[in-house]
Amino acid sequence: MSRIIVCLKQAVDVTQLKVDQKTGRLITAEAPRKISDFDKNALEEAIKLKEVLGGEVITVTVTAEEAKSTVREALAMGADRAVIIKDSKIAGIDTLTTALLLARTIKKLGEFDLILCGEASIDSFSGQVASRLAEILDIPQLTSAGKLSLEKGEVIVERALEDRYETVKAKTPALVSVTRGINEPRIPSLMAIMKAAKKEIAEWTIQDLGFPPEKLDASNMTVEILDVSAPKTERKRVVIKGENAEEIAENLVKALIQEGVVGR
Amino acid sequence: MVLSEYKGVWVFSENWNLMLEILGKGRKIADKLETGLTAIVLGHEIQQKAEEAVNYGADTVYVVDNPLLENFQAERYVGALTSLALQYKPEVFLLGSTKDGKALAARLATRLNTGCVTDCLQIEVTPDKRLTAKKMVYGGNALATITWRAKPQIATIPPRVFEKPELKERNGQIIRVELQLEEPKTERLEVKPGEASRVKLEESQIIVACGRGFEKKEDLTLAEELAEVLNAQISCSRPLAEDRRWFSEWIGLSGHKVKPKLYIALGISGVIQHIAGIRDSKVIVAINRDENAPIFEMADYAVAGDIYTIVPMLTRALKKHLQS
Repeated sequence: MSRIIVCLKQAVDVTQLKVDQKTGRLITAEAPRKISDFDKNALEEAIKLKEVLGGEVITVTVTAEEAKSTVREALAMGADRAVIIKDSKIAGIDTLTTALLLARTIKKLGEFDLILCGEASIDSFSGQVASRLAEILDIPQLTSAGKLSLEKGEVIVERALEDRYETVKAKTPALVSVTRGINEPRIPSLMAIMKAAKKEIAEWTIQDLGFPPEKLDASNMTVEILDVSAPKTERKRVVIKGENAEEIAENLVKALIQEGVVGR
Repeated sequence: MVLSEYKGVWVFSENWNLMLEILGKGRKIADKLETGLTAIVLGHEIQQKAEEAVNYGADTVYVVDNPLLENFQAERYVGALTSLALQYKPEVFLLGSTKDGKALAARLATRLNTGCVTDCLQIEVTPDKRLTAKKMVYGGNALATITWRAKPQIATIPPRVFEKPELKERNGQIIRVELQLEEPKTERLEVKPGEASRVKLEESQIIVACGRGFEKKEDLTLAEELAEVLNAQISCSRPLAEDRRWFSEWIGLSGHKVKPKLYIALGISGVIQHIAGIRDSKVIVAINRDENAPIFEMADYAVAGDIYTIVPMLTRALKKHLQS
């Protein structure tokens, strides 16, 4: 029997973002929300472990917004129950505070074997929460896992690093952050979706956690985001023309030689 | 926390080449802050590295020499950095953005109860001597400007964002520090090298990348012939690797981020996730049948035409010019 906690972020669907043409700023409010991609891999891995070992998979989400329908998808995939920590002030919190909230929530849930996280979120892409969380809970952390196995109080992962793979072992309870390559998240069946409607989603407030509300104040954050804008693309956008393919090719080569990017 | 107690710019990476690149950036930040630059060197028998750090710009080097630090071990390294930072209180701490380095930075920041910005592409000093950093967010769709409200201001910097400074004979202070090392929580069982191409692609000067415009796998020979003339690396956009399995790796947000001097996109539509991986290329050429393909927004040279007719001609024209 295993007890696995999966940290799920409700992220902005980055493929459906729009830019305010006047200011160059990103409009995130209207973009759809979804489970952050890497976290979905973490969830899939947790469900696969449960299918072999038995036990329970609980998802934990810290959010400023309504997240029930997002979390419902995790339940349809196979999580047993979900906890959402919701507070409007969570919108402006830093990774340290996110990790503190997750740690509090996980402690309240009791004992566990593994915490699974994505190695980063698709929207803010900071990649810090997993490491900070393990640090706060003072448990082993195995990051960037491309393969994972769990048995007899031991977790073994193959970490997918820049130029190498490292097989690393730790005692449970431990935290593992996963890469997108670790698995292909399942698409829930209609039956699973219907079953998920009956599963429990608990919404807790920060008071339920005994978390001091002033710790969510902007003045207590360790970093502040000053601006989020579309990067300027300073490209020449020269259209190469010609009578036929041969001439186009010729003109392109001339342009590239002039740029100094081809030739000796 | 009395923020004015914090002084100096510190640099650490377990990747020595990246360490030298960050020393260059650290030097500039330290000069603007009118403070010193300190390199942290962890390992065993590392006097030569300490001297090298001085010659690459460090005023001070803290050396922790211990056989247990010879190879990277997360707990021992984070423990050593934490002890040093608690003792000497740097105002800025720059680390290398390797996967190990990012985890290290996040853990260090947690222990020091401070903020960390990962994968910084720019770091500037404000007139009131604080840092602001820029990093890619929202899948490469946006650049966020972030500042710190706590110290040390911890940042991680990816490889090849800043240039390695010039090596100069300089004077600096090398200080050896004895530390009690932390017990590891994890045990490394095995290390296997990754595929060689992973490193190669990121360092390639010229890349020919293929997209869904290629109808059959055999047609990739068109791209291969072009790559051969240019002495280029060949790669692809995500669908050709993940969906069609013609390649094992791809360029884009979830794949490799490249910065060649010349990037040639063949039959690639240019969705934003792909763009995120090629944004730092010097010159981008796009050849695509669809004149409305988003790749053209990102191209320096755009050819609205069929890759099947244009690419062979391009290969021929290049052969002619390069061999004359």
